[in-house]
Amino acid sequence: MNRLLLNKIILVLSTLSAVIGISFLFWILATLTYKGVSSLHLSTFTQDLVNGGIRNLLVGQFTMALIASAIAVPIGMFAGIWLREYSNQNKLASIIRNLSDVMMSAPSIVIGVFVYALFVAPFGNYNGFAGVIALTIMMIPIIISTTDNMLALVPKELREAGIALGGSKHKIIMQIIIKAAKVGITTGVLLSFARIIGETAPLLFTSANNQFFTMDLTGQFPSLTVSIYNLATYPDEASRELAWAASFVLTAIVLIINLTGRYMTRNKK
Amino acid sequence: MTNLIMETKDFSFTYAGVDAPSLKKINLPIEKNRITAMIGPSGCGKSTLLRAMNRIHDLYPNNKYEGEINLYSNGKKENILDLKKENDLIRLRQDVGMIFQKPTPFPMSIYDNVAYGMRLAGVKNQSELDGRVEKALQDSAIWKETKDRLNTSALGMSGGQQQRLCIARAVALKPDIMLFDEPTSALDPISTGAIEELIAELKKDVSIVIVTHNMQQASRLSDYTAFMYLGDLIEYDKTDTIFMNPNEKLTEDYITGRFG
Repeated sequence: MNRLLLNKIILVLSTLSAVIGISFLFWILATLTYKGVSSLHLSTFTQDLVNGGIRNLLVGQFTMALIASAIAVPIGMFAGIWLREYSNQNKLASIIRNLSDVMMSAPSIVIGVFVYALFVAPFGNYNGFAGVIALTIMMIPIIISTTDNMLALVPKELREAGIALGGSKHKIIMQIIIKAAKVGITTGVLLSFARIIGETAPLLFTSANNQFFTMDLTGQFPSLTVSIYNLATYPDEASRELAWAASFVLTAIVLIINLTGRYMTRNKK
Repeated sequence: MTNLIMETKDFSFTYAGVDAPSLKKINLPIEKNRITAMIGPSGCGKSTLLRAMNRIHDLYPNNKYEGEINLYSNGKKENILDLKKENDLIRLRQDVGMIFQKPTPFPMSIYDNVAYGMRLAGVKNQSELDGRVEKALQDSAIWKETKDRLNTSALGMSGGQQQRLCIARAVALKPDIMLFDEPTSALDPISTGAIEELIAELKKDVSIVIVTHNMQQASRLSDYTAFMYLGDLIEYDKTDTIFMNPNEKLTEDYITGRFG
């Protein structure tokens, strides 16, 4: 009797907790959609921040995130390949793997401060490059870990089969093993992109923000997330509405990238 | 003596980080164009020995080879344990093919799977590739099933078909020896039958060493049988002798199922 009662209590408690957790999520999404959509206009996408739109912010955010990916993806992938395929799981490998895991959970504001000290303070002005570097630093450990883990899922027999056919190690890795882990690695890259596209702290005092459209990475660079942070604190209604609209757009983008990643793994695995 | 394709002489093997050798002074001849089966209980070292014959152990660092493994290819004698450079090992593996327990198709089309080894070996001529892919698939008794779907992914085939594809892939390189590491233990009886027929067919062109847990398979298929136990080669002889009239008590006990 006692056992059954306990079972019921735990069932009710866990259901309740799940409902509370999910309802917060829906609350956020609902508010965001409601406030965001009502603040969205066509001009939001065609005008720059100076005229009450987010065009330059979107372009700026994507520019920095894409350049960061272009640097972080090859570095992270090769590091991951070294960890899994070449290190023979020696001591150095386990140190690097641990460091990379620590880096992955490092508070992003710390990375921002670090990059500020190295790439902003010496030059005396906020610049887009610093923002790119901060995002790159955030992204590399995620890519390392994804590559490492996805390669670990490829059975060792596949490597042996390639070697047994007269392949050299690097050819087998590049032509077969990477191909076998392709879906997982691509998903990881997408998810890490979704992660950095929504980051504010690493950009806050590296690239800072810019009201105007620019592609000049040596100066302050427009950012969607930093703008949301700024706009939300302004007293005027128009700014706060724009903050809602921008938040909604950002959330939609992150959601779409995430769903694409999940869809890919589900279909191809 | 003249009809050997390979022989191990006082061959010992020690895995990295282990003190005791896993193989102790093995002397095993491999006859040309014959099937040699290696049997013995799990952990006896038969797979370890097989995997030394194409030096696949070198994929992992710090394993230790001692003694000799001589390959008699193209009328030359060569101790494969002397090979140092990656290019020499690649050449060795083109001469000594290997089939694994689980089918290992590459994530590419059926055609590309078979052509892969040849492309690695530097064959670029498209018509030569086409011809050798077809020949290899025919020799592996899988041409009829695959000729209309050569460009579809090899991952969509059944387990038995995948295993025959892997054999075709190895056959395409025209090796001197093919090493089979329990090639049918992951397959159903019908696929197993097909693979066994294929192996029996292949010995016209290539010498075969097969590791198996299945004693019926060894007796059905092989010309010679080596019985191993705890890293020692206990007995090697014609398969009939091993199964009907073994010299060693241990061999008899194993074959009659008293242990193992």
